[in-house]
Amino acid sequence: MKRRPIDPGVFTDDAEPRLVAGRHRVNGRLVFPLPSDAESYVPELLPRNGRLWSYTVQRFAPKSPPYAGPQPFAPFAVGYVELPGALIVEAPLTDVAFTELAIGMPVELAIVPLRTDPDGTVVTTYAFRPAAGSTP
Amino acid sequence: MSDVYIVGVGIHPFGRTEQRSGRQQGEFAIRAALGDAGVEWPDIQFAYGGSDSAGSADTLVEQLGLTGLQFINVANGCATGGSALAGVYAGVKSQQFDLGLAVGFDKHPRGAFDPLPAQYGLPAWYGEVGLMLTTQFFAMKLRRYMDQFGITPLALARVSEKAFENGARAEHAWRRTPVDIDTILNAQMINDPLTKYMFCSPAEGAVSLVLASEKRARELGRTQVRLKAAAMRTRPPGSFEVFAPYLDLERGHSATVIASRAAFEMAGIGPEDIDVAQLQDTESGAEVMHMAENGFCRDGEQEAWLAEGRTRIGGPLPINTDGGCLACGEPIGASGLRQVYENVVQLRGLGGARQVPGKPQTAYSHVYGAPGVSAVVILER
Repeated sequence: MKRRPIDPGVFTDDAEPRLVAGRHRVNGRLVFPLPSDAESYVPELLPRNGRLWSYTVQRFAPKSPPYAGPQPFAPFAVGYVELPGALIVEAPLTDVAFTELAIGMPVELAIVPLRTDPDGTVVTTYAFRPAAGSTP
Repeated sequence: MSDVYIVGVGIHPFGRTEQRSGRQQGEFAIRAALGDAGVEWPDIQFAYGGSDSAGSADTLVEQLGLTGLQFINVANGCATGGSALAGVYAGVKSQQFDLGLAVGFDKHPRGAFDPLPAQYGLPAWYGEVGLMLTTQFFAMKLRRYMDQFGITPLALARVSEKAFENGARAEHAWRRTPVDIDTILNAQMINDPLTKYMFCSPAEGAVSLVLASEKRARELGRTQVRLKAAAMRTRPPGSFEVFAPYLDLERGHSATVIASRAAFEMAGIGPEDIDVAQLQDTESGAEVMHMAENGFCRDGEQEAWLAEGRTRIGGPLPINTDGGCLACGEPIGASGLRQVYENVVQLRGLGGARQVPGKPQTAYSHVYGAPGVSAVVILER
């Protein structure tokens, strides 16, 4: 089965995936995602673990374009995750019941299937899920 | 420097008007404002105006008359109306002109706004995974605020209930049927914790205001309402805005906070001096958070304020007396001026069934929107 990240530069896809941020060469500011302007930003990998900073549930199907998630649409959770010493990043949330979402819950980065394209390619995205070993 | 007066106001009803374009609604509002001021179009020396998605305001000269006036288009997102008013205010205040006009109008398609990532400098994947939604931002800013300061869904429902109750009494409102608390709380969830009755909808409408110098206002016999402050600000570092793939760990103020402080400083009064307020209520939680961001209460006090009905018409600080965006809908270019229109009506004592009792002397209005802009206007009788 073919598999490809939704964008080649947003995350590393290995056993311990990481989000790719960028640090400004002059002012030192950290931003996510890594801007394409390679002259100004140095890639920097973000911590894999953090805590849920806020969240909501996307109950209605977003308009397509730009949305290109699974069909038929199923509601999904999204949130902001505070990554210590780095940034607060926005992300889909996965492997968690909507009723168990809580600010402060420990979460970890995961690479998950977003959709399957007509040619059978599985397109993956980053998401955060409850951290292994933490009680929901 | 001259004081600045609002000598005329005009509104085209908000909601849906299939038979009129956005521009036509703008023209309607301008003619109403001119009539209210007792002046003719050729008397207007300069104008600022705009819409987000219904055309260029300056093209209205074709319908109104080719008088050669200075007419500057404003494209400032949700602050378009407020920015137009700030422009006219400055022109009169500086005594470059003594009679000017602001107009804001819009006409949006049904359903949630659906901007594309590239328009905001964001990569395509951001939209593909389902993050390009304004409603998510509002819900997440609110969810965190509720958690930090103990605001409950009941408080959110109280805001919506008040909006529809006030909207039912406002001729220009779109949604004019009261909705009870249980219906609001149990309605379809859009983005938790916000149900469908807690969000405003994109809509249509237009508002125009005529501003004059003190001398001109006296000649026109319309010195009832003075414009004490008009401030527009953009976001400071650490603010939380729509379409943000990341936030800095160090959190900061919002554009609202700095616009509000600037306006109060210009007016020389404080939040405790305000008798009636119109605050941006894109969703009911926005009104709750904006009560504190504009300095009217401390974070968390909103829960008790709403339970006690303090922001209802008849309460100590009535908020969104025409039902706000929740009842009037959100035509982006017109919303900020609708708030000022409503405040003029209240200060003139012409609010009818929704009139704030006790002759309000001061009125405050506040818009906020993407990409982190806010405009505040303070009026005094």
